[in-house]
Amino acid sequence: MSSSTEWPLWEVFVRSRRGLSHTHAGSLHAPDAEMALRNARDLYTRRSEGVSIWVVPSAQVTASSPDEKDSFFEPAGDKPYRHPTFYEIPEGVKHL
Amino acid sequence: MAAVTADQTAQAADRPQGADEVLEAAFDAAVAADERIEPRDWMPDAYRASLVRQMAQHAHSEIIGMQPEANWISRAPSLRRKAILMAKVQDEAGHGLYLYSAAETLGTGREELLDKLHAGRQRYSSIFNYPTLTWADVGAIGWLVDGAAITNQVPLCRCSYGPYARAMVRICKEESFHQRQGYELLLTLSRGTPAQREMAQDAVNRWWWPSLMMFGPPDDASAHSAQSMAWKIKRHSNDELRQRFVDICVPQAEALGLTLPDPDIRWNEERGQHDFGTIDWKEFQEVLKGNGPCNEQRLGQRRRAHEEGAWVRDAAAAYAEKHTAPAHAAPRTAAGNGEATA
Repeated sequence: MSSSTEWPLWEVFVRSRRGLSHTHAGSLHAPDAEMALRNARDLYTRRSEGVSIWVVPSAQVTASSPDEKDSFFEPAGDKPYRHPTFYEIPEGVKHL
Repeated sequence: MAAVTADQTAQAADRPQGADEVLEAAFDAAVAADERIEPRDWMPDAYRASLVRQMAQHAHSEIIGMQPEANWISRAPSLRRKAILMAKVQDEAGHGLYLYSAAETLGTGREELLDKLHAGRQRYSSIFNYPTLTWADVGAIGWLVDGAAITNQVPLCRCSYGPYARAMVRICKEESFHQRQGYELLLTLSRGTPAQREMAQDAVNRWWWPSLMMFGPPDDASAHSAQSMAWKIKRHSNDELRQRFVDICVPQAEALGLTLPDPDIRWNEERGQHDFGTIDWKEFQEVLKGNGPCNEQRLGQRRRAHEEGAWVRDAAAAYAEKHTAPAHAAPRTAAGNGEATA
């Protein structure tokens, strides 16, 4: 097969039922968005796993780099006061 | 993903001496801590190559594995059996696609994988080089071949490489139906007329030994086993999984009212496992070398299907080019991969 027919890669997100967000299911190749949706239905919802599908060209995903994971996420590391469990509340105080 | 890999290579070149050791130590620590390695993480070249080899072979097996059973779709004995068999064969296609996608996260393109399969440079499981002679073979494949595959695949759900493990979780969920439909099919034949019963027994006789070979060569002769286990790609050795499979199958065969074609199978009180006979590894090697009953037929049909489908792929690509607005068009090769964000 000539390289000119290599289809782009798409990321597939499936909403399993109403009220839940779409989650990443996997990826697939398809020539266009319409076919990507159809292929995603056949590939990722053969057992009624979804009520809604998003397809996104993989090339459009911007990802953080694993190399900078420490410095990139570090600012949250020393801020335990952002969590409710940081605070001491006397026994017996309710609704807090 | 290819571009990402190139990125990493460029970054690696910029790093001061000793940086690779730091990266390797981080990788080893992640594996030791039972964390998952994700596509954009640094990994040793040999780990990447080993995963590509195993995942490609796995994906190819799913795709080639459609053939022996698809032969029987048009001759299924009832509409119920036909619908089941079509669903199963469609699942195999799906499993192949999950695995190709997972392999692609390592920077090997779909086309390259298919080209290597068609050129005979990457393997698929030898089991699919045996013919499906009767309807009972559909049952024996479901029970034994899919059963052996499940025994192999369940531990792969905990494989150290994230995308492979995630694909395996999905596959294992679906595989269970494959095994049960096969078992039920054999049970129906076993309880049928004497001729049907004989057909079921004959199929089990022919598929038993090749199914045991699916676990690969014995541990002391397995080229990749030790390293794969150290990297936690594999969690159990070939012989360990084979033994587990035999122990599972013996009572299942009894419940079927069929026998396994091995006079040496007996319970070993001391080991708490079944002893079983010696596998004919010469046959395994011959089939691996391409001298099995159906090697040429399987690969020939795969190549033919690919070539005859070329016009469909071309037409779809031409249609997409004509109708997709440039703003929405994705480049032909993926520069990034959403797996990296997952």
